[in-house]
Amino acid sequence: MELTNLAPIVLALPLLMFMIIGLFGYKMTPKFSGILGTTAFSIVTIVCYYIALTYFFGSGRLADGSMAKEVIFNFEWLRFSENLVISIGFLLDPISAMMLIVISTVSLMVHVYSMGYMHGEEGFQRYYAVLSLFSFAMLGLVVATNIFQMYIFWELVGVSSFLLISFYYTKPSAVKAAKKAFIVTRFADMFFLMGILILSFYTQTFDFGPLTEVTNNHVAIVSETMGGVTFCGLSVISIAVFLIFLGGAGKSAMFPFHIWLPDAMEGPTPASALIHAATMVVAGVYLVARLFPIYFFEAHDVLTIIAYIGAFTSLFAAVIACTQTDIKRVLAFSTISQIAYMMVALGVSGYEGNEGLGFTASMWHLFTHAMFKATLFLAAGCVIHAVHSNEMDAMGNLRKHLKITHIAFLIACLAIAGIPIFSGFFSKDEILVAAHEASPVIYWCQTLVAGLTAFYMFRLYYRIFWYNEPDYGHHTPHESPANMWIPLMVLTVYTCTSGFFPFTEYISPDLMGFESHIHWNIAIPSVIVALIGIGIATFMYKKKTEYPDKVVACIKNTYHYAYNKFYIDEIYLFITHKIIYKCICDPIAWFDRHIIDGFMNLLSWITNKTSLEIKSFQSGNVQQYAWVFILGVLSIVALTIYL
Amino acid sequence: MELLTASNIIFFILAAAIILFGILTVTSKKVLRAATSLFFVLFCIAGLYLQMNYQFLAAVQLSVYAGGIVVLFVFAILLIKNLGEETEQLCGAKRALGIITALTGLVISLITIYKYGFHTDSDRCNDIAAIIDMNEIGQTLMGTEKFQYILPFEAASVLLLACIVGSIVIAQNHKEEKK
Amino acid sequence: MSIPVEYYLIVSTLLFFIGVYGFVVRKNLISILMSIELMLNAVSINFVAFNRFVYPEHLEGYMYSLFVIVVAAAETAVAISIIINVYRKMKNIDTKSINELKN
Repeated sequence: MELTNLAPIVLALPLLMFMIIGLFGYKMTPKFSGILGTTAFSIVTIVCYYIALTYFFGSGRLADGSMAKEVIFNFEWLRFSENLVISIGFLLDPISAMMLIVISTVSLMVHVYSMGYMHGEEGFQRYYAVLSLFSFAMLGLVVATNIFQMYIFWELVGVSSFLLISFYYTKPSAVKAAKKAFIVTRFADMFFLMGILILSFYTQTFDFGPLTEVTNNHVAIVSETMGGVTFCGLSVISIAVFLIFLGGAGKSAMFPFHIWLPDAMEGPTPASALIHAATMVVAGVYLVARLFPIYFFEAHDVLTIIAYIGAFTSLFAAVIACTQTDIKRVLAFSTISQIAYMMVALGVSGYEGNEGLGFTASMWHLFTHAMFKATLFLAAGCVIHAVHSNEMDAMGNLRKHLKITHIAFLIACLAIAGIPIFSGFFSKDEILVAAHEASPVIYWCQTLVAGLTAFYMFRLYYRIFWYNEPDYGHHTPHESPANMWIPLMVLTVYTCTSGFFPFTEYISPDLMGFESHIHWNIAIPSVIVALIGIGIATFMYKKKTEYPDKVVACIKNTYHYAYNKFYIDEIYLFITHKIIYKCICDPIAWFDRHIIDGFMNLLSWITNKTSLEIKSFQSGNVQQYAWVFILGVLSIVALTIYL
Repeated sequence: MELLTASNIIFFILAAAIILFGILTVTSKKVLRAATSLFFVLFCIAGLYLQMNYQFLAAVQLSVYAGGIVVLFVFAILLIKNLGEETEQLCGAKRALGIITALTGLVISLITIYKYGFHTDSDRCNDIAAIIDMNEIGQTLMGTEKFQYILPFEAASVLLLACIVGSIVIAQNHKEEKK
Repeated sequence: MSIPVEYYLIVSTLLFFIGVYGFVVRKNLISILMSIELMLNAVSINFVAFNRFVYPEHLEGYMYSLFVIVVAAAETAVAISIIINVYRKMKNIDTKSINELKN
């Protein structure tokens, strides 16, 4: 079948489902709406797989061995002027095809899983409607042919994220979290928009085609139009792409915009799995990857900054993750840390041939991370479903009660820790290789993070599945229904196998592909570090021991800082409440309330008074009329005679 | 000008009476007294007309105004319950406004009269001071020539007719409605 | 005939503004009507005086005051019938209470 005919289905069907379930959901039974959404998304998934596989193994490989950039369709949506056109299209290249697989797989699994997890919840239909909206938006984002289309869908995923976080909108904490997520990401998106405007102002195009066209180690359109232009001593290119990166940092929860992601865990767990672990949060990574040629050739400094921000964020989040007790928050910080890993990989990447390893590794890690983190979240969902709590203290010794979940969780933990044969090992190894070539600081930092990752993941694992069994009362945890553990198993299979797919041959910044092999000199130390992490976790958390308390006592201050997320939230609150509100907002509000409103009030007051006065002229009292009349006559007489 | 000729004295007396009773008309608290003062004002004005040798006009003034209209007023006052005895309270601000308006107008008018300087030919007045013939008045009222007034006369008759019909219709007691 | 025209004018002016004062100040309709009569008479005096002293050979002012008397009689008759009607309806002839047309 022609891709041109199939591709529109990928976007149209989820949108249609959103509208059908959203508008008519209240007339459907919850079960019907769930099955409808899932069935429709199965079709989308099949189409996505067909498109991606056709692309990778058929039409995508050009005669010279490079991967094609196909624009399947691209129609003009808005034309503002000769050059300023916003199109909606469908771009197929290695990374968007890979993203199609990631999104459709995870989203389908979440659709299926939610039927069990969300069973009996108020607003089940609404949940499915928003899930469809999110799928539509995310698919539209990855296949965007131009940066403005990307921005539109970028905001749409933000909206659906907001709607899903605030799904339990009667809970004040959920409402707060949703607002926080929305405001923080919107704040970052403002920079993204500024970046887009600067970039398109100079290059006169939104289209990714020319914007990523590399000739002679330059992105011609960018270097020709923007080269040499400076603003405040910085080149405009750097400013523009750095602003765009800030947008991506907001969505991908890079430091200092990471504060919204842990709170976003207030949403339903499957939604967290889909949006806040596997797909939406990697949009920032995807954005940088999409514009990688500009970053690499025209603003290499920015790329270095990205690498350092990524390295710092990954370490920072990993440290916090070690101290958290809410299992979803541990996973959230783990997500931040892993996404930062991908950013690091992009930041240290080269461009041609083997040097593009970082880029490839980033995308590879994106893929494997989506799979194992979705597994982890869905497994955590099963656990929460079984014990009705997010807190570690309410769990323990669950391996006896939740056998399937236990296996899935263990495999995913091994994958994220980077133990060989599981997918995370391969992608993490590639990242470390790329980091090693670029900078020893980043390399050691990332190796340390790998160890920390292993530690906190196994801490989580042991706390949930081993440890001492708390008093479950007469409510013994039991395994989830089939529609929950089947998706879990499917994702586990992906987690085990996706490391063996030869990503490097298909995904590379110059589209040429290259051979890769495991670098044992890097891999062995990282595996050893991971094993040490696992070992410490086993030692401390397999059974209830006094070691954790002792360790905490030793590093009391550090522990408290980390436990309170290094007080970043408090710093934000201080800056916003004490500085911005007090010094900027309050005077503005005062000005608005007293000067602007006051002026308007004055006008209305004058009008009111005047009309009251005028009204009293029309009293209906003849004598008063006569009096006014006489005065008028007298003044006319006086004027005509004496003037 | 001799001030104290008999006709002058009469003029001043009449003028003083007009002003005095005029003021009483608008200030007396009982309406019936006001009507009486009005009667005296009209009466004195008729005296002024007589002084100017317009006897017919003075007669009309007396019969129509003093005899007719004032009686009409008195009847109306007596018909309206308690009005004859009722006193009305005037609000101070309103009275002040009225006084200011009246005084302003008065000052303007008096200054104008004073400045204008009428040049009246008293000899010519005296020549024609003779009593106007009733015949002439009748001719003037009925004639169609220049300075003759048949048209206003007819208009006045129609007006009076309309007025009689109107008064009857308005003042009619609508007993049918009450049933 | 030695009284100059100004004297008549002064008298009529005074009378006229007394009428104005009464018209503006008084509360009941009959008093207002009486004030109107005062003003009409003041005007009448003016007409007659001008006729007498300025154009004694014609009868224009004379005729005008005659018509003024006629019209005044008609006007008073109609006005009083209206006042009586108003009184029947409202049991009151204060200008302030006559505001039914307003609503």
